[in-house]
Amino acid sequence: MVGEAIPARHSVLVRLTHWLTTICFLALLVTGVEILISHPRFYWGEAGNVNMTPLFKIPIPASRSTVPTGYGYVLPDQNGWSRYLHFQAAWLAVLTGLLYGVSGFFSGHFRKDLLPSRADLSWRSFASTVASHLRLKRPREAEAGAYNVLQRLAYLGVIFVLFPLVIWTGLAMSPAIASVFPGLVSVLGGQQSARTIHFFVSVVLVVFLFVHIAMICRSGFSNRMRGMITGRTTADSTTLEKEQRL
Amino acid sequence: MSNLSRRKLITTGLSVTAGATGLAVAAKVAQHNGLIPPDSAGLFGAGETLTYAAQRMLTNHSMAREFPRSEVSNPPFVNGPPPKDDVFRRLQEGGFTDWRLAVDGLVACPAIFSLEQLKAYPSHSHITHMACEEGWSYIAEWTGVPLSHVLDVAGVLPHAKYVVYFSIDRDWWDSIDMADALHPQTLLSYGLNGGDLPVGNGGPLRMRVPRQLGYKNVKYITRLTVTDDLKKFGKGLGSSAPEAGYAWYAGI
Repeated sequence: MVGEAIPARHSVLVRLTHWLTTICFLALLVTGVEILISHPRFYWGEAGNVNMTPLFKIPIPASRSTVPTGYGYVLPDQNGWSRYLHFQAAWLAVLTGLLYGVSGFFSGHFRKDLLPSRADLSWRSFASTVASHLRLKRPREAEAGAYNVLQRLAYLGVIFVLFPLVIWTGLAMSPAIASVFPGLVSVLGGQQSARTIHFFVSVVLVVFLFVHIAMICRSGFSNRMRGMITGRTTADSTTLEKEQRL
Repeated sequence: MSNLSRRKLITTGLSVTAGATGLAVAAKVAQHNGLIPPDSAGLFGAGETLTYAAQRMLTNHSMAREFPRSEVSNPPFVNGPPPKDDVFRRLQEGGFTDWRLAVDGLVACPAIFSLEQLKAYPSHSHITHMACEEGWSYIAEWTGVPLSHVLDVAGVLPHAKYVVYFSIDRDWWDSIDMADALHPQTLLSYGLNGGDLPVGNGGPLRMRVPRQLGYKNVKYITRLTVTDDLKKFGKGLGSSAPEAGYAWYAGI
């Protein structure tokens, strides 16, 4: 049974930038983990090395023999291509983000689709959205045509807080960038602090990714995927219900 | 074909042409201004070129951050053992009095310097951050002769574009562009935290490029070659780093 098509759920630009960001994020994540493996210790302040007390250690083996990990072996060094790919993906992500940011501002995407309305932010409305999430209620298809207040706040947080912060802390680790904008580093507490914050922001982004995927599955995986790929979703309730029962 | 789709087609065609022309012009301008790194070919060339070009335009004259003495990390981190070959051991046993630095290539007068001669030149010190691409770092006071001074003495020719530098460890060589080579904080360093530069940190002579990561700061320097073409060295990628899979430019 073919469902009745409703107007495009996501614009071409949103869909394109969404998937470009997905590819970049996965590349950044994998290479970021590879880079981390060469020194799985984190510090606070400007300097940090194995002679110094770390803030915390990640209990994994390292790809360098100079790092005491407690494991009797050293992992292969993958830092070269990981660093190359990390920065290439970062460039693509930043350029994609710029395209999305500028167009989202002018097209009204942020204002219409992401900014919560005053009514949404009222205590009563906020509480009811939170309550229905806590009860793990599935959204009706009618509700899936627009974001609720929690979605709006989550997406705004990722786009305007976490992404800028992860770019900032990444750049703050660069000795060349630090030479031009020393304040970028000192405000964070130092180069090693920047590295530590970069790690934590990445962890929060990964948590967001898992919740994001869980929500997509919960609210009808193929319909949500269809929406983000073709722009169209089917409002056919029987298809949706069938999908959700699986 | 409807008018709308024809218009769309024309606009798309025009923007693609404009974009391609723009890119070609940008590449030409970048090439002319020396903003293309030697490892710009290959899978990661686009990202590497963007990084180098953007950072080089921003950082041409910027100064690496300097720190108060209280920030110096004690002890300075030693990464890896010194060269094990006999030549190095004999030089070390002789207190490095026979250590020599050769300067050749695009210079008016190629020369060979002893450590004594280098130490007689005006020295410069800075307390800076040494960060490794692995993630660790330390802060130390580095003392040495500015590379620009040695290049002045040798008389660098006007069409020089890069300085290639070689370690006594034959597998380790690198190069920097003239912006870094002539930068006042770039040192041929022979001192650390007020004493001689320990062998573990690259003594007797280490290239200290504080605006780039640790691996550009090659230890045990014995030779500098000034050039206008990095293709002549090794595999033509500007350094032993890209041959091992690492970027030539290490500003990030």
